[in-house]
Amino acid sequence: MSSLSLAVRDSSTMLRRNLLHARRYPSLTLNLLLTPVMLLLLFVYVFGDVMSAGIAGGGADRSDYIAYLVPGLLLMTIGSTTIGTAVSVSMDMTEGIIARFRTMAIHRGSVLVGHVIGSVLQSVMSVVLVGAVAVAIGFRSTDATALEWLAAFGLLVLFATALTWIAVGMGLISPNAEAAGNNAMPMILLPLLSSAFVPVDAMPGWFQPIAEYQPFTPAIETLRGLLLGTEIGHNGWLAVAWCLGLAVLGYFWSAAKFNRDPK
Amino acid sequence: MTTPAITANGLRKSYGDKVVLDGIDLHIPTGSVFALLGPNGAGKTTAVKILSTLVSPDPASGEIRVGGHDLATDPQAVRAAIGVTGQFSAVDGLITGEENMLLMADLHHLSKQEGRRVAAELLERFDLTEAARKPAATYSGGMKRRLDIAMTLVGNPRIIFLDEPTTGLDPRSRHNMWQIIRELVTGGVTVFLTTQYLEEADQLADRIAVLNDGRIAAQGSAEELKRLIPGGHIRLRFTDPAAYQRAASALGEVTRDDEALALRLPSDGSQRELRSVLDRLDSADVEADELTVHTPDLDDVFFALTGPGIPNQPKEALR
Repeated sequence: MSSLSLAVRDSSTMLRRNLLHARRYPSLTLNLLLTPVMLLLLFVYVFGDVMSAGIAGGGADRSDYIAYLVPGLLLMTIGSTTIGTAVSVSMDMTEGIIARFRTMAIHRGSVLVGHVIGSVLQSVMSVVLVGAVAVAIGFRSTDATALEWLAAFGLLVLFATALTWIAVGMGLISPNAEAAGNNAMPMILLPLLSSAFVPVDAMPGWFQPIAEYQPFTPAIETLRGLLLGTEIGHNGWLAVAWCLGLAVLGYFWSAAKFNRDPK
Repeated sequence: MTTPAITANGLRKSYGDKVVLDGIDLHIPTGSVFALLGPNGAGKTTAVKILSTLVSPDPASGEIRVGGHDLATDPQAVRAAIGVTGQFSAVDGLITGEENMLLMADLHHLSKQEGRRVAAELLERFDLTEAARKPAATYSGGMKRRLDIAMTLVGNPRIIFLDEPTTGLDPRSRHNMWQIIRELVTGGVTVFLTTQYLEEADQLADRIAVLNDGRIAAQGSAEELKRLIPGGHIRLRFTDPAAYQRAASALGEVTRDDEALALRLPSDGSQRELRSVLDRLDSADVEADELTVHTPDLDDVFFALTGPGIPNQPKEALR
């Protein structure tokens, strides 16, 4: 068997294993969905009137704020799902079965690739669920073409892949599940410091550059542009660059951590 | 088959300043059972981890070959030849026993049909058919161990590493495990076993190496090891005090136990020594009512060779 087909076959076996885990024990995934859904409802129904006053020069109402909020929350959903990835990778590494995998003549990376693909699929599913809640409370895209929908979907998958590889690395360096959960906290805290809830211009001047160039903001602005027709500008390239950079970094980091001798 | 299953020269491993394996040599013929015996912390598990490609040996180690493949240059070929059951159960607790078996079948690239057949067969053989559809996390210690070994056997490995396979098992499960190991060997498989139970090594192993403080303190068959240390003796017991006295004077240097009317003389238990004792008794015309030969058991060997009092014994004489 060529090494590529070996890699594909073993990775799909590992993917099946991870999906089986997710299907048997959906509570972790569902718990992580709660945060974005709660924030969505909180910001729309509790803070909605106040928040809407802060966008579009004060002329916006609550339904405008739903539209503003949803792209950010969809990306936050991905961040939240990847906390689960870090936790399950770190739990997996403490299991004896990983030692067994290491002594088998299988494609070495397949263990991690299985986790990554499984987690990206979970992210997509979570985004669909949160998106459905958003539509139910009144979110509508404005004149997005099929191509723009496709690009939006592509961006979500790319973003999920990037964050997942980073989360895998975080899982690998964490000694246990609790530590993994803590190490992965930035995945859900960063969106709070982005343009997800309020525009970057509304933030203190010294903080704006941080908020503007961290990975979430360009991705949020791009998604907003694709779904709502706002200005994307340089954010598109910035988002793609962040995603590719994080994915590559996360991949090499994880591979190096996984390939070192286990303790 | 002439290639030995496992050879190692000067296998070394240290973690920081702590030397775990201080140059051990191994030569394990194909189809035999080799037991690595030693107290906790002697380095048994580290040896298994290195030979099964899980951790790398120190660069100062000599050549290590497993299944005819060089561990350093071709670990994937080594992995294809071996099966490993570690000390801590290597089963996926979140999925069922059957799913664990099918996972192994998939990773060994068996066809679906073949995988199902092998899985069902092994589950049956290890008495797990009934529990096959329950999550492995709910299994008892013995069941997990059995599933663990069953998973190891999926790929039909020719060399099997078993790291303390019976630790924590009840006596019945232990005997079942021994039976399984014997069956494997009958099928031509080489077994590398670590244990802290001397009886287990005695029961199963063709060759035993006693590991102490990172070095092999002694190596040989159970019998050879037992002869390595003093403690063997012949005990003669009499009912007639007169015969007892005559025997004592005929044999010369003996330890007397006047109360029990028993004589004890040191012996390696060899035929020649035994015959000379009998000859001397014959010429004195005494007959013992009971004659027993005591050879030291592996416990004696173990305590004599291991332990804090005698670190780094000179390398053994037997080979």
